[in-house]
Amino acid sequence: MPKPTKLIINCETKEQIEVELTDEEVAQLEADRAKAEADKVAKEAADAVKAEAKAELLAKLGITAEEAALLLA
Amino acid sequence: MATTYTLIDKSILGSNQASVSFTGLGSYSSTYTDLKLVASVRDTSASNYQNAKLTFNSSTSGYSDRAIRAYGGSTVDSTSGSGSSINLFYETSDSATANTFGTYEIYIPNFSSSNYKSVSIDCVTENNASDAFLGLVAGLWSNTAAITSITVAPLSGSANLKSGSSFYLYGIKNS
Repeated sequence: MPKPTKLIINCETKEQIEVELTDEEVAQLEADRAKAEADKVAKEAADAVKAEAKAELLAKLGITAEEAALLLA
Repeated sequence: MATTYTLIDKSILGSNQASVSFTGLGSYSSTYTDLKLVASVRDTSASNYQNAKLTFNSSTSGYSDRAIRAYGGSTVDSTSGSGSSINLFYETSDSATANTFGTYEIYIPNFSSSNYKSVSIDCVTENNASDAFLGLVAGLWSNTAAITSITVAPLSGSANLKSGSSFYLYGIKNS
């Protein structure tokens, strides 16, 4: 499987070249991507918990989200 | 205020790329004080948006950031501080409306100074649906070296920057 390529724009020489990523660069990229994916999943889970708690509270108070926003304005 | 605002270099991708780097910036240290990267971007990830990362001088340490993000009528505050890059947060991905590209602008003041490097970023995705995002990011690279290269890349899985994405780097000086 060919390695991914990166574009290098040399602002000094005005050359633009496509270069294959080194093994280290691929490993770093994959590590960064795995972490970002995990962070995204965690964030989405946390957001879902918040949304559920918000909905429960609004139901408890018997008001809509718009009415809550008005109260807090 | 900027009185010099000049295009240093640009690229419109003719093929998908894992990352885009502007190098050789040391030769502009006496010409410009600030740099601004303006990009119109789509990546190949199978989602509406993904995070992206920003690094300097091929360094993978010393980065932190804080962002205000808005989506679906909500705003959130977050920190990244992964250490290995500045989180660019949002770029449009390949499940968003076809042929649409999100934008981000990265402002780097005093890029060749011997102080730590601060970065200001605003980013927005494009999507003809409710799943669209906006982010304002304050980043910091805790390194006193002059910036000689800037690299941006998507962060999700095996995503690449999609062909047709464009990157324009400007030099700015206040005299």
